Amino acid sequence: MALYQSPTSESDFERNFQQLKPLMNQTEAHYESARCLFCYDAPCVTACPTSIDIPLFIRQIHADHVAGAAKTIYESNPFGYACGKVCPTEVLCEGACVYNLQQVKPIEIGRLQSYATGAIIHQEQQLFILPPANGMKVAIIGAGPAGLSCACELRMRGFEVVVFEAKDKPSGLTIYGVAPYKITNEEVLDEMTYLEKQFGFQIRYNHRIETREQLAELEQAYEAIFIGIGLGETAPLQIPGEDLENYMGAVEFIEKLRMEHHAVMVPARVVVLGGGNTAMDAASECARMGAESVVLAYRRSPNEMGAYHFEYDLVKGAGVQSLFNAAPVAILGNNGRVTGVKFQKTALENEKLILIPDSDFVVEADWVIRATGQARRTSFLNLIPGLETDAKGRIVWNATTGQTGNPTYFAGGDAANGGKEVVNAAAEGRKAAQHIAQWLLSPS
Amino acid sequence: MADLSVNFAGIQSPNPFWLASAPPTNSGYQIMKAFDAGWGGAVWKTLGIPVVNVSSRYGAVNYRNSRMVGFNNIELISDRPLSDNLREIEEVKKRFPHHAVIASLMVGPREEWHQIVRDVENAGADGIELNFGCPHGMCERGMGSAVGQEPKVLKTIVEWVKEVSTVPVITKLTPNITDITQPARAAVAGGTDALSLINTIQSLVGVDIDRFVPYPIVDGKSTNGGYCGPAVKPIALNMTKNCAQDPGVKVPISGIGGIENWRDAVEFILLGAGTVQVCTAVMHFGFGIIREMVAGLSGYMDDKGFATIEDFRGKALDHVLTWENLNMKYKVVAEINEEKCIGCQLCYTACEDGAHQAIKLTPGSRVPHIVEENCVGCNLCSLVCPVESCITMERRDDGSEHLTWSERTMAGNVPLTFDDPLAGGLHHSVPSPTEALSTPVPRHYGLSQN
Repeated sequence: MALYQSPTSESDFERNFQQLKPLMNQTEAHYESARCLFCYDAPCVTACPTSIDIPLFIRQIHADHVAGAAKTIYESNPFGYACGKVCPTEVLCEGACVYNLQQVKPIEIGRLQSYATGAIIHQEQQLFILPPANGMKVAIIGAGPAGLSCACELRMRGFEVVVFEAKDKPSGLTIYGVAPYKITNEEVLDEMTYLEKQFGFQIRYNHRIETREQLAELEQAYEAIFIGIGLGETAPLQIPGEDLENYMGAVEFIEKLRMEHHAVMVPARVVVLGGGNTAMDAASECARMGAESVVLAYRRSPNEMGAYHFEYDLVKGAGVQSLFNAAPVAILGNNGRVTGVKFQKTALENEKLILIPDSDFVVEADWVIRATGQARRTSFLNLIPGLETDAKGRIVWNATTGQTGNPTYFAGGDAANGGKEVVNAAAEGRKAAQHIAQWLLSPS
Repeated sequence: MADLSVNFAGIQSPNPFWLASAPPTNSGYQIMKAFDAGWGGAVWKTLGIPVVNVSSRYGAVNYRNSRMVGFNNIELISDRPLSDNLREIEEVKKRFPHHAVIASLMVGPREEWHQIVRDVENAGADGIELNFGCPHGMCERGMGSAVGQEPKVLKTIVEWVKEVSTVPVITKLTPNITDITQPARAAVAGGTDALSLINTIQSLVGVDIDRFVPYPIVDGKSTNGGYCGPAVKPIALNMTKNCAQDPGVKVPISGIGGIENWRDAVEFILLGAGTVQVCTAVMHFGFGIIREMVAGLSGYMDDKGFATIEDFRGKALDHVLTWENLNMKYKVVAEINEEKCIGCQLCYTACEDGAHQAIKLTPGSRVPHIVEENCVGCNLCSLVCPVESCITMERRDDGSEHLTWSERTMAGNVPLTFDDPLAGGLHHSVPSPTEALSTPVPRHYGLSQN
């Protein structure tokens, strides 16, 4: 018996995808902020990829200076609200909180962060005063966390910024790829609208940059170009049956779910292939969409899963069944549609994963979702002279400055780091902006 | 099972917990409810000259996650008709004959004092408390703290009351004075049977920074109030001790000021109080807190083997000396328990910025370490540490030596000039001022050196 019933309305959907980190009210924020010890050289700051001055903003919340708190957050991370809700805080700031060492609940830093920034977004309060234009222009490809963080920081330094986005909404995977129980579409877009008004960059939506000619135009018109294009579609597994209907990539499924909500009809039986955080999201989402049986199948053991423990806990809590040491060897179908997955059992031999002969078995399914990594956009990246990609398809870059082999091009986010969190992309975009400014304003 | 009953200057009470003269004792209804809940006595809200009150009347100091750690009021004495109060005193005494009902009084001329003392005695009051403490409103009319601040006037009024009273008289003192023993001695000289202290402290509890008016706000204006609640306990404890130790006082003392649990009560009793009075805690949490207070006090007495309150009353007094009589050879230093430390480094920054730079960060570890030769044993680190018993103060002298400032003075062994090598700080390690600018600070502090 499924734990969730298929949502047939937006309110059903919201109930099934109840927010894991709901917004705090003023009373809760007051009491929670009171608990912060104001550590010296606080480990939460060190644990944050964007190095937000967390003890300061919590102290500001407690002193009822919410605008000051929001400014402290936004000075380090333009995705302050979103990160408060979608960051894996358990392994970042909150995981580093000294209270953990005392077996005391860590400070709910993420929720406090969203409380402060949310209040300011809601009030449309202007926090930053932009400097006069410096006459230089930077193009940004991709309006995701890396690209927009780069845009905000460049605007703070007087650059004109135009962002080219292939889709029709900003924030990249924040809206298209994050599980709906972490943040709502409305919340994501409210912060993006706030940033656009606050920092005054332009975004050209439905404007995919994909040809050498387009790049040449950008190189002509802009002093520097930042690439924050993320990753491509879910890569195929190269096994038989991948052309069947109802066989899909996790990233594509999640995007569809985020855009269409309860209109997505998830069937009774779903198999999700993979052991990373995206697999967890897809499995948990199918269960919350009312699928009667969701099987998460991973070819290795539970300990080898890439997903965070708390993400796997969420999956189990949603009623998903797990299958370990099972490698998919074929997608099975009938009349062109998926009917199941043929697995073969695996084992470790001399630290190498091997398929155990004659151990085949079939799990029947109406849908099969693969969450087995995204393709790289190497063919596009190859259009940029001097820019190289590594064996894993990542942009070769100077991780400190964000600069690539072609000095005009800087990069950040998944395209450069291979696929990390929103907060990593935000940190990299901002850092690249600082070095773009340095490179353009004081070329050495 | 410990016996909590007390005989306070001749007033019998089933336990030492009394309600102070204040809003919780405004009516017979409240006092009966309190006695029913377990309170031993109540000092009736001050009866006296007719008054009219304003609204609002209260303000509070909230600290971090605690509300009302300090509390302030501008309410005057009882504004109910005297006859109603007298009738209710009679009713309460009839229903609770073994509980202590004390009438707090405040009037002007001698004849009025005589009349009101006779009135409350006729109603059945077990004792009288003279309100010489109220520091707002009433003092502008020459009463309350205006009396408590003038020992001669105070003595005269006590004498007036004693001319007619047949029940014990308690004189309630104001803390808004330099030396509490002066009015205390005057009250004793006037014949008071007991003292109660402290009344509230003159205060402005905070300012509305948008309207530019302190709290509480009465039609856009404010006035000073009387401060009480947990925040005033240390002041009250010290004044209780001062009176209890004074050879010119030697009358029972009812302790008042920030008491809200059994521990607070024990502290006052250890410093000489025979009963304790409570107001703010009841205004905050209601009469029900008495359950914890009685159970806690009783448990403490059983644990310590004290059969009665008198067995431990004043037991801490011999351990409070003047500073010059403390042993300067006693030496403690801080020790950090590395197992317990959670790495917040509050001890480091407190000692570094607020004390003697005797704690240093440890490279590669979040656990700081003590530089023992710089440690003056001040306690600050152990006080800021959020982990119980993580930083302890460890004794370093062997206990064989004892030398006080007063002994040094007698021996001619004290520093006499500003740069005298006999002064204490001579050999303490103090970094040079400019070292401040090269001491590393966290990157996010955003200081000049980053």
